Amino acid sequence: MATITLTISALPAHVRTARLMAATVARRAGIAATAIDEIRLAVGEACSRAVAAHKLHCPTQPILLQLIDGAGAESTAKADGGTPGRVLRANGNATQRFEVVVSDRAPAKDTEESTNHTSPLLDGLFLDGDETPPGGISGFSPGLGLAVITGLADEVRIDPSDQGTIVRMSWPVAAERAHDPSSN
Amino acid sequence: MDLKLDHYTEGDTEVVVVEGEIDVYTAPRLRELLIDLVNKGNFHLVVNMEKVEFLDSTGLGVLVGGLKRVRAHNGTLALVCTQERILKIFRITGLTKVFGIHDSVQEAIDKRPEK
Repeated sequence: MATITLTISALPAHVRTARLMAATVARRAGIAATAIDEIRLAVGEACSRAVAAHKLHCPTQPILLQLIDGAGAESTAKADGGTPGRVLRANGNATQRFEVVVSDRAPAKDTEESTNHTSPLLDGLFLDGDETPPGGISGFSPGLGLAVITGLADEVRIDPSDQGTIVRMSWPVAAERAHDPSSN
Repeated sequence: MDLKLDHYTEGDTEVVVVEGEIDVYTAPRLRELLIDLVNKGNFHLVVNMEKVEFLDSTGLGVLVGGLKRVRAHNGTLALVCTQERILKIFRITGLTKVFGIHDSVQEAIDKRPEK
């Protein structure tokens, strides 16, 4: 399991850097070409959300981005509190995954977002002009960003806490890259 | 690629041409342009996104903000986009029901609701 860790300041310009790095690492990890755009967008959304939260609460604190090639099984199982092991899919094959973890340090209880995606997407989600909170990013809508992440990532887990929010997203690595000898 | 913005008049419609990436870093520039156009009395806008390479939720927020502004003056804001990867984010967020999305600028102008 190879991990690349990137720390960025809470600046909008650095979101692009994070996005480009995620796409590059995903491509090297063997992610299907069709999913690269999804990863680029989802990572951008997660980092934009974190940057917006930091700008409001802790602008000097860094945001952590982890790109984990071949995570899948182990980290997903641990996150669920279960026993580490490979993820078994419906066809019985074990699947390696490319996981992206974005961790911020802004207290989740004070942010305006909600992890409840069942509410209507168009209901008050859009911040623009006068509706942007002091220190916030014009046009940015945390709820919409999380909705986009949920729509794009193959698996998503969002853990908000007083110490910050951790967004975990993962995608399957292409079959030929994740070849498992035990399945022969 | 960074964001490039241009605009021109087509009858009673102002066409905004966007090229490059609309994200949390560049979206404020698009927002300022839309606000400026509305403040100058342009209430029928068409945003041509054919050369947009990347769009995130910040960009969507700016477009919805522009829509709200023109609607306050009984105006319209239509989009031109045929790129599947850009259209996908509109579908995920349900915004295909909010914006008129067209294949060409001419179609966007011809199919304006009150015409």
